[in-house]
Amino acid sequence: MTDFEPKIVAFLCNWCSYRGADLAGTSRIKCAANVRAIRVMCSGRVEPAFVLRAFELGADGVLVLGCHPGDCHYAEGNYKALRRMELLKRTLGQLGVGQDRFRLDWVSASEGDHFSHIVNEMTEKVRALGPFKSKEESKVA
Amino acid sequence: MPKLQVALYWASSCGGCEIATLAIGDKILQLAEAADIVFWPVAIDAKYADVENMADKSIDACLFNGAIRNSENEHMAKLLRRKSRLLIAYGSCAYEGCIPGLANFFTAKSILENTYIDAASNDNASKVIPRTLVTVPEGELEIPEFYDTVKTLAQTVEVDYFVPGCPPEESTTWLALEALLSGNLPPKGTVISPPGTAVCNDCPRIKHEKKVKAFHRPYEIIPEPDKCLLEQGLLCCGMATRGGCGAPCPQANMPCTGCYGPVEGVRDQGSHFLTALASIIDSNDPDEIKKILDGIVDPAGYAYRYSLPDSMLRRARVSP
Ligand code: SF4
Ligand code: SF4
Ligand code: FES
Repeated sequence: MTDFEPKIVAFLCNWCSYRGADLAGTSRIKCAANVRAIRVMCSGRVEPAFVLRAFELGADGVLVLGCHPGDCHYAEGNYKALRRMELLKRTLGQLGVGQDRFRLDWVSASEGDHFSHIVNEMTEKVRALGPFKSKEESKVA
Repeated sequence: MPKLQVALYWASSCGGCEIATLAIGDKILQLAEAADIVFWPVAIDAKYADVENMADKSIDACLFNGAIRNSENEHMAKLLRRKSRLLIAYGSCAYEGCIPGLANFFTAKSILENTYIDAASNDNASKVIPRTLVTVPEGELEIPEFYDTVKTLAQTVEVDYFVPGCPPEESTTWLALEALLSGNLPPKGTVISPPGTAVCNDCPRIKHEKKVKAFHRPYEIIPEPDKCLLEQGLLCCGMATRGGCGAPCPQANMPCTGCYGPVEGVRDQGSHFLTALASIIDSNDPDEIKKILDGIVDPAGYAYRYSLPDSMLRRARVSP
């Protein structure tokens, strides 16, 4: 399928990763345009249900990005994310949603290049996997 | 007042819901006084053709238990919907898919091959597998088509009410029947269950701040009698499960497995449970977290034990 453009939903924490994404933009770093960014206050705000809902609505891949461990502006939020997303990753694996479609990672406000690297890598992996749902099943544009 | 016309049916289920209906005890006499049971395969001799011959909407209420697993289940769901004024998804299978819904981790092909060919106890050298249509010397034989994906009743036809539980507790069943008999019906779409936020709320075990270093399976430990089971590392779904059952399981030293479905306002019971579970892990070290999580051997099967078909992903993406 050559015309397939993956839709990737990225939950970005307000204090680090969203700013990292912003920096990638203002620094004009080349970055795949496949990400739909959703700003959350902290990666600890992301419930596993958000990730499932993104897949349900037609995302082909989901990213959760937060501050590096130790740097969360709410001290512990990204450790919560770490525990939840590790458990979610195992659960998704059993549901046939492989590791390449879902990723938790850390991006600080100064890491625009790291942000674009993650996005580009994920986009290519998901492109190779193909759509998560068939066209009829999928609801988001 | 003319008697209510009531039907009961079982689709893909274990039979427990039939017994749960009878568990109302003496009250069954009140039901018999106020209602004619026009169709109930487990108890009375009425055939599918008799239902087909009934006028549309002539059944006042149908209590439908069981998931939609094959074409016969689907046919009966559509038929009983047409014939009934009120269709009630009774019990977890009809409501959320329940244990039959765990088949959604697999495909029809892999289940049939495993059951009829690969299972160690089989003696099936010619590898015979049930087929929907087969021609024999006497003619063509047809059995219901076995579907890939198990569905809930509401994913198949319009449903008026839901009654939770695997099976529903006696008090829950009576609440639904009382509403039918009195005509005092809640708004359409209501999950009819005694009031209660979550099972934890009804559970008398003493709760502290939850911090867990290791998870256990019930056979591995003897739990302390009064302390919250989750705090002892047992996977108790009480916080992610609708209250109303009275918490019989934790009171019998067994963790709640979640049979009353999600709490009000939550769609995906499994991920709600996983969120809570991950939050109580007492570690910030990635390797230790992984080791603690290794104690949960089957997270998807556990979290979605009763609700995989009704969950956001509905089934596993697996190749046939
Ligand atoms: S987690 Fe289980 S044992 Fe603990 S309070 Fe809730 S229902 Fe009771
Ligand atoms: S305690 Fe949990 S598993 Fe037991 S009856 Fe209640 S909801 Fe069902
Ligand atoms: S604020 Fe960035 S992860 Fe918590």
